[in-house]
Amino acid sequence: MTVLEGKGVNKAFGGRKAVDNVDFDVQAHEILGLIGPNGAGKTTLFNLISGAIRPDSGVITYKGTRISGRKPYAICHMGLGRTFQTAKNFPDLTVYQNVRMGATFGKKGVSEADAERITNEVLAFVGLQDAAEKSMKDITLALQKRVEVARALATGPDLLMLDELMAGLNPTEVGEAMALVSRIRDRGVTIVMIEHVMRAIMNMCDRILVLHHGQKIAEGTPAEIAANPTVIEIYLGE
Amino acid sequence: MKLLRAYREKPVRAVPAAAVVLILILLGLLPGMTPPYTTIMVGSVLMYIILSLCWNMFSGATGYISLATAAFFGLGVYASAFLGGTLPLPALMLVGGAAASVLAFLIGLITLRLRGVYFTIFTLGIVKLLEQLILYLEIHFNNTRGRFVVSHSYTEVFYALYVLLILLLAAILIIRRSRFGKALICIAEGEDAAQHIGINATMVKVLAFTISAFAMGAAGAAMATRWSYIDPYIAFNANYSFLPVLMVIFGGSRYLPGPIIGAAIFAYLQELLTTRFPYIYMLAMGLIMIAAILFMPRGILGLIYDGVRKIHKRKEAKADDGS
Repeated sequence: MTVLEGKGVNKAFGGRKAVDNVDFDVQAHEILGLIGPNGAGKTTLFNLISGAIRPDSGVITYKGTRISGRKPYAICHMGLGRTFQTAKNFPDLTVYQNVRMGATFGKKGVSEADAERITNEVLAFVGLQDAAEKSMKDITLALQKRVEVARALATGPDLLMLDELMAGLNPTEVGEAMALVSRIRDRGVTIVMIEHVMRAIMNMCDRILVLHHGQKIAEGTPAEIAANPTVIEIYLGE
Repeated sequence: MKLLRAYREKPVRAVPAAAVVLILILLGLLPGMTPPYTTIMVGSVLMYIILSLCWNMFSGATGYISLATAAFFGLGVYASAFLGGTLPLPALMLVGGAAASVLAFLIGLITLRLRGVYFTIFTLGIVKLLEQLILYLEIHFNNTRGRFVVSHSYTEVFYALYVLLILLLAAILIIRRSRFGKALICIAEGEDAAQHIGINATMVKVLAFTISAFAMGAAGAAMATRWSYIDPYIAFNANYSFLPVLMVIFGGSRYLPGPIIGAAIFAYLQELLTTRFPYIYMLAMGLIMIAAILFMPRGILGLIYDGVRKIHKRKEAKADDGS
C-alpha cells in the first residue's frame, strides 16, 4: 500500500532546480533510502514533504490526502515525523523535556497524563531512560541525534523521515543507530532515510531512490542500485 | 510540573514567593505612607515594569524584537483621551487594552510570517504611522493638536497600575504552566523544530503578541489620566518602545524577575539622573547601557546567578577536597 506519493514535484531556488520533476512513492512498513551526492536535493525533498517549504509545482499526498501546501504542524498531526540533518533539539531543555514536547504537541488533544506515558515509553524504547534528566549540552552527538528521533517518535508518526541520522557517528554508534531504525520499523513505522553511510543503506533499505542534480536517476532494490552503471559512475565510484 | 521547574537554568531559587507577596503588600501601602512624589515616581516605575514584562512575554519568549510597544501604549492613552469622563478608570483601561490587542492581532497576522529585522522595522513604522495619522486627523478635523484628559488622582492611577501588575504577573505564571506557554518555549528554543513537532507557530506568536499588547494599552489608558494633557508626540513617544527593551536586557530576559528588576533599577536611575544630574543624564544612561551589554550580556540576574553558581562550585570543590 502506498502511504506517501509525489508526482512531478519541482522546487527551484533562484533559477537553480533543487528538485526537478521528481516522482516517488513510499510503501507502508518499508525502509526507503534516499541517496545522492551533496547538493542533489535530498534534504530539499524532505523539506517539501514535511511542509517546511512549498513545491513550485507537483502534488504530494500522504495516506491519500494532499499535503503539499500544508503547514508543518498540520502534516505532523497527520502522522508524518522527521528529524533534521543537523540535530535541531531544544538546547536549554533536558532530554526528557525535549521528548515530552513532542508527545504534548504531536497530536491534538493529548492530555498531560498521556504525554507523560508516551514520553516514558519512547525514552525506554530508544534506550534513553537513564539520560532523561541530562541537559542536551552534556550528551554525545549520537545521543543528541537519538533524542531527536525520540522527540519525533513521541509525536506518534506512521511515517518517519530521518535526515543523515548516522553522519558523524563512529562505527559502533552507526551499528546502534541501525539497530534502532530496524526496531522502529518493527513497531510498524514506515521509514524514509537520507544516508551517506553505504553499509547502513545497503543493509537496511528495501528500496533506494537516487537523486542527482535534483533529478531521480535511479530507483530499485539495493542490489539493483549497486549494479546500476549510472549510479556507479556518478555516486558510488568504480 | 517537572517540565517547568527545570525549564531554564535555576542555580538559585527565584526570589521566594513569600518575599514577593511581602513586597507587593508594602507597595500597596506605599501611597498612604510616603510623600506624593514617591507615589508618583513609583507609579511610573510600575508602568515601566508592566511594559517590560509585556515586551518580554512576547519578544523575550519568541526572539522576535517588537518595537510596537509605543503604538499599543499610545492607543491606550487615546482611549482615555476620547472616553475619559464617560467611563470609570477600570473601564478606560479595558477599552485601551482591547484596542491595543486588536491592533496587535492585525499586525501579527500580517507580519509574524516575517523574520528578524523586517518584523522589527515594521513594528517601529506602526508607531510613527499612528503618531502622524492621529496628528493629521486631529489638526484637520478637530482643529487641535492635543487633548485634555479627564484626570484621576495619582493615587488612583497608582492603584490602577498596581492591580494591573498583579493581574499581569498572575497571567504570566498561568501561561508559563500552560500548553500555550510550553509552545512559546519550543518556539524560542527552535522555531523550525517546534513547527515539525506539531506546533502552529504563527498562531502561537500572534496570540502571545495580542495578549502582551493588552496590558500595554491598559497601562497607557491609566497613565493618560495622570498626565491630563496629551498629544500624539506624548502618546506615541518612541521611548516607550525602546526603554522596555533596554530594561529587559539590563535585568536579564531569560529570568522571570529580570524585566521587573531591570525596569525598577533603570526607571529609578533615570529619575535620579534627570533630577540630580540633568546635564550628563543622557551621557550617563548611554555609558551604563554600553557597560551592561559588554559586561553582563545576560543582565543583572545573569551576573548574579553566575556568581552564585561559582560560589556553590567552589564550596563543592572544597567539600570534595576535605573528604
